[in-house]
Formats: sequence, C-alpha cells, structure tokens
Amino acid sequence: MTAPDRAMPESDPRLQHAVGKLLRFGVLLAAAVVLVGGIAYLARYGAAVPDYRVFRGQPDNLRSLAGIVRSAFALDERGVIQLGLVLLVATPIARVAIAGFVFAFERDRTYVLVALLVLALLLWSLIG
Amino acid sequence: MNTLAFSAIVAAASFCAGFLGSLTGLGGGVVIVPLLTLVFGADIRYAIGASLVSIIATSSGAAAAYVKEGFTNIRIGMLLEIATTIGALVGASLVAVIPANVIAVIFGLVLLQSAYLASKHRPEHATANLAPDPLAARLKLDSTYPTVEGEVPYHVRRVPGGFALMWLAGVLSGLLGIGSGAVKVLAMDQVMLMPLKVSTATSNFMIGVTAAASAGIYLRRGYVAPGLAMPVMLGVLAGAMVGARLLFRMPVRQLRLLFAGVIVILAIEMIYHGIAGEL
Repeated sequence: MTAPDRAMPESDPRLQHAVGKLLRFGVLLAAAVVLVGGIAYLARYGAAVPDYRVFRGQPDNLRSLAGIVRSAFALDERGVIQLGLVLLVATPIARVAIAGFVFAFERDRTYVLVALLVLALLLWSLIG
Repeated sequence: MNTLAFSAIVAAASFCAGFLGSLTGLGGGVVIVPLLTLVFGADIRYAIGASLVSIIATSSGAAAAYVKEGFTNIRIGMLLEIATTIGALVGASLVAVIPANVIAVIFGLVLLQSAYLASKHRPEHATANLAPDPLAARLKLDSTYPTVEGEVPYHVRRVPGGFALMWLAGVLSGLLGIGSGAVKVLAMDQVMLMPLKVSTATSNFMIGVTAAASAGIYLRRGYVAPGLAMPVMLGVLAGAMVGARLLFRMPVRQLRLLFAGVIVILAIEMIYHGIAGEL
C-alpha cells in the first residue's frame, strides 16, 4: 500500500477545530437572540391572528442593517429577532474570514485569495 | 389559529424537516417552502425568506458536528464556494423578475430531481489507488477521511465539472431558498468522485455560505418576516443538531427513501398549485 498523499499540513486539525468552534458559537448566539426576541414577540402578539398570505414586504426598520440594529436596541421584539437572524447570516461570513487568516498563517497564498474572493462576494450581497 | 399556536406547529414541523434534512444530507430547506406555502398558506416570498435563514442554521449546526468528525474537506468547500456564491447572487436577483407561479413550478421540478437522487443507489468510488489528478493535486484537494478501518485516502477528480455544477447549485439556492444539498452532493460524489460521507459533510459546510450570499439580498428586499422566520429557524436548528448527533446510529438509507417520498408528494403539489395559479 502506498503512503497516503497527505496534502493537508499537520496544522489542519487546528483549522478544523477553530472553524467548528466558530460555527457552533455563532449559531448558538444567533439562536439565543432569536429565542429571546421570539418569546417577547409571542408574549405580545401571541393571541393575534397571523397573516402571511399576502406579501407586503417588511418595513425599512426590519430590512436594512442599520434599521434592524436600531429597532433591536429600542427593544422592538421583531427587531431583536431580525438581529439574531443577521448574526446567523454573519456566522458563515466570519467563518470564511477566519479560514482566510489560517490560510495566511500557513502561507497558502492560493487559498488566501480564494477566501478573500468569497468574502468579497458575501459582503457585496449584504451591503449591496 | 392564533400566533402562539401557529408558531408552535410551524416550529414542530421545522424540527422534523431539520432532523431528516441533516441525516439525509438534503437539508431541511427542500421541504420548508412547500410546507409554509401549501400547509400554512404563506406567500412564497415569505416562505423562501424564512427557509433561507433556516438553511444557514441547518448547515452551520450540522457542519459543526461534522467538522469535528473529520469528514469535511475545508479546501474543497472553500474553492467551490466561489462557484456557489456567484450562482446564489444570480439566483437571488432572478426572484424579482420571475413570477411566483413559475418559481413554484421550478421548485417542484427541483424537488423531484432531489427525490430521484436521494432514492438512487450511489456507487462509492475507490480513488485511493488512482494517480492524482494534476489540478486537484495543485490545489491540494486530496485528503483522507475516517472509517472503522482507520483513515482512508481519496483522490479528487474532474474539478472544472464539479465547479460548473456547483454554480448551478448556487443559482437554485438563491432562486428557491433551498440549500441545494442534493446538487452539491451530486457534484462531489458523482462528478468529483469523492466519498459520500465527505461529500455530504462538505456540502453541509458550504450550504451556509451559499445561503448567506442570497440571504443578504432577501433581507434587504423585506422577504424575511421575523414572526415566520423565528419558529422555522429555531425548529430547523434543533432538528439538525439532533440529526447530526444520531448520524451513525440511524438507518440512513431507509430515511432517505422516506424523505424522498415526502418530497415527491410536495413536489407534485407545488407544480399543480403553480400551474393552477393558486400560489
């Protein structure tokens, strides 16, 4: 049997560990914020009748990044939920950034460029 | 039905979707949109918005467990994310110009394709003794993965073909609010000849980034309704985490068949309601 061609450096378990930890933390943090906002939302609107049949689009304070942050800090229940969802969207973005740093640390120029390209595409989508 | 009962039922259904989605590698997203539109009567744009954020949770929740198990190939994931993010931006931009009924029909057809892929027996390719592919070797894509007999090496083939199919997976993800796990796994295990478990784990790992690329656009357009996205996201996340933990103890092949059956029914309903103009 030929020796396995281990293309990944020995530092790779560290990369996997860091990325795994980041994903878990980001998602749990986002879920906690959504849960808190959700409980407050249900406490206030739980008895109302939900209506998602007709599409109206969300108001500006629940769709722009600045609006969401403002309404979350004003303790608007739906704003808090949206903030949690923004944190959730930010988790994979931060994951790409961290992976880019680890590749830079390993002097792996190709994958630093790969990470930067993906990061640019993600930020372009979020900011427009 | 009031909002409290509505949220509880949506959360329970989302839990099942996340659980089966992470076990089968298909992602819970493929059933969230039909569930919300057909069963709960939500507008398809709200459904897609809620589905999209829940997909990030499915992917990241399950991926965290998979990454620890050592199946995920992070280099392959990162490289192919270039293709899926570009595709996702294209797909999310198309939502504004394609009518809801047409989206429903495309959705149904993609669901049928997912079900077909899920039920088909996929041959595993032993690539350990093949000569390395020059492009894959230059990009350092070859690696090993854990099995009961220890670490087994694999070689990655046909990178450009996999890249092209990944772009399509990205377009479908952005247009339909799904993770496109079926197409992603297909690109890796059948085009690039990677082991199924590595393909499934790497697909889960990539889905979050792909979905994040379109989620930004959806959020800014007001397609993400907090009251609907909240129970969906929490339910799917909890289901995905439980599913990832039980991966080794579950009859995955039988579950794939069961899930495929559910998908076929939902697909036919989506196509019917789309053509009838009822969505």
